[in-house]
Amino acid sequence: MNIDRKQFFKVLAAGTVATSGVSTLFARERKLLPKNAVGILYDATLCIGCKSCEVECKKVNGMSGVFDTKLEQSHNVSGIWDGGNDLDSKTLNKIKMYRNGTSSTKDKETNGYAFIKRACMHCIDPNCVSACPVTALTKDPITGIVQYDKGACIGCRYCQVACPFNIPKFEFDKALPEIVKCEMCKHQLDKGGIPGCCDVCPTGASLFGPVEKLMKEARRRIKAQPGTKYRYPVSSLESGETQTHTVQKYISYIYGEKETGGTQYLILSAVPYEKLGLLKLPEKSAASTSEKIQHTAYKGMIAPVVLLGGLLYAAHRSTKQDSTE
Amino acid sequence: MSNYKPIGGKLLTKPFIVMMALAGIAGILLLQRFLFGLGAVTNLSDGYPWGLWIVYDVLTGTTIACGGYAMALLVYVLNKGKYHPLVRAALMTSMFGYTLAGISIFIDVGRYWQIYNILLPKYVNLNSIMFEVAFCVTTYILVLWMEFTPVFLEKWATPKAKAKMEKIIFIFIAFGVLLPTMHQSSLGTLMVIAGDKLAALWQTGWLPITFLLSALVIGFGMVIFESYYSSVAFKRPLETHLLSKMSKFIGGVLVLYIIFRYGDLIWRGALKDAFAGDVNGWMFIIETILFIIPLIILFKEKLRNNAQYLFWAGVSMVLAGAILRFNTYLVGFSPGPGWHYFPSVSEILITLGIISAEIMAYLVFVKKLPVLPVIEHN
Repeated sequence: MNIDRKQFFKVLAAGTVATSGVSTLFARERKLLPKNAVGILYDATLCIGCKSCEVECKKVNGMSGVFDTKLEQSHNVSGIWDGGNDLDSKTLNKIKMYRNGTSSTKDKETNGYAFIKRACMHCIDPNCVSACPVTALTKDPITGIVQYDKGACIGCRYCQVACPFNIPKFEFDKALPEIVKCEMCKHQLDKGGIPGCCDVCPTGASLFGPVEKLMKEARRRIKAQPGTKYRYPVSSLESGETQTHTVQKYISYIYGEKETGGTQYLILSAVPYEKLGLLKLPEKSAASTSEKIQHTAYKGMIAPVVLLGGLLYAAHRSTKQDSTE
Repeated sequence: MSNYKPIGGKLLTKPFIVMMALAGIAGILLLQRFLFGLGAVTNLSDGYPWGLWIVYDVLTGTTIACGGYAMALLVYVLNKGKYHPLVRAALMTSMFGYTLAGISIFIDVGRYWQIYNILLPKYVNLNSIMFEVAFCVTTYILVLWMEFTPVFLEKWATPKAKAKMEKIIFIFIAFGVLLPTMHQSSLGTLMVIAGDKLAALWQTGWLPITFLLSALVIGFGMVIFESYYSSVAFKRPLETHLLSKMSKFIGGVLVLYIIFRYGDLIWRGALKDAFAGDVNGWMFIIETILFIIPLIILFKEKLRNNAQYLFWAGVSMVLAGAILRFNTYLVGFSPGPGWHYFPSVSEILITLGIISAEIMAYLVFVKKLPVLPVIEHN
């Protein structure tokens, strides 16, 4: 009996430890880019800050403008700026501006200015998809687009906690709210089109295409001699349309190549990325760590089942004692 | 075997009426929440999507409700039958705590009308820590009510029905220990995915272990607190002899917690952040002090045999675990510059209403049902 008890406690202890997921501090393997992944290359040096991408985004996604006050809309006339202060539940993409000192020169860190476009990064290993308890957020296995299904969503907002870029937005102002995020105009892609923001961008700053080709294009730009002329594709890599601009002195790094496991939205800039509000992020996603902890603890449900067996035995024994006492 | 009986007494006391009013106010504010959305009553934002309701009502609420878990572990699994008199009251607070946490989740989620999706196989995401937590908590609420059925049966059914239930109750007891082990640890894992948004003082792969151990600490703290509360409030003899003996076991859990928590901080070199002089640093220091107070009391025989000290050890344990949760989910969480969160008055009032509802249910149950042990005069 005594030996039995000792052994039982060993099993119990092992089960408890495994169940709570001690045995790992390492992340699982990183995920790979889907074969036909599509993405956007945003080149800040080409952006003129016209915001036509914001306007088109609202148009093709059927979203209303952001009006702050009743006054702004009085007499049926309203301000012509219809974007929010930042990404929000009515704004899927947003052009922001960096200013320093006299703001006299474009794409200069000191006494200069630069634009930056923010939208969903469409991570290769998205935290939001890993976090969602009801599979409302999924990554398309072909295009890699991170998409949302409101029929599944329960509105727990764990995706917002999980996203390192604070992308998913929630309609706090509605009684029947939804999560709102950029889905790379997948409804346009289905019709053979391209995302609205790239479609209307007059300079090719927002460029649509297969991620691998966009990556090659970005590397070519970084390698090009600053000051020389370069033929920049406009709208999409396959559009055939190009514009010639002078190459700026790029930061020799593509933002999105490695961040949180890599993203399908890539950014080039001549101003350091952290000045544009783009965070330094680890190369592995937080999802890879949390999934490893979870799947080690619950591998084949062995630990919980063993623990349950031990508990059933123990509880049965002590309740039987109770009733015979 | 212990005997229990209702303590009786008047139900509509003055404090009870005040609590009814608080619950009523919360009810009106809840109407506003469901008619006009979460933004109408809360200060939640896209940066701080989780606030007081998640961190207090759900997270701290279920952990405070771990008395049932802690006592079931001690009495049924470690077979320490002498603590049996403490079980029923502990089980009951767990039942209320978890049930109200379930209700709070329903209030907090945006798309509550399809909350059942979490239980539909076609929507399952096994990678999601939230899925595991939601599934385990839902099941555990059912298990707790089943574990408590002997109390109802004792009052309303034949002895035969009660005997039948007691034959199979060990199944519910076993699940009643397994499920909290799973979800209380996962409530820690939940924040791993927040990555760098959670400060290094709290972000670690050991979150599941520290959350599980601290849940047990809070659970025992709550048993101590509650035992003294019912002694004083209902003029019953103190149970210090039982509690003091139990405290050696609690001390062990506390030591384990300290080893994991602070060993990890030292290992990662994050401990220096405690002295940064900022809000995070100070809150961490408060959290640490609250964990150390009970440690000192429990390991000094003289102190732990003293009812007053033991009471404060229990209170400190509960506060320590609660602060750990607030720190991990709110204080140490930063989505970036420009975002701020402090609960709105309405949010706080709704939380107070929920707490009132819980206390009222406790009072009704102990007065009308056989929950507290019969006083033995010896």
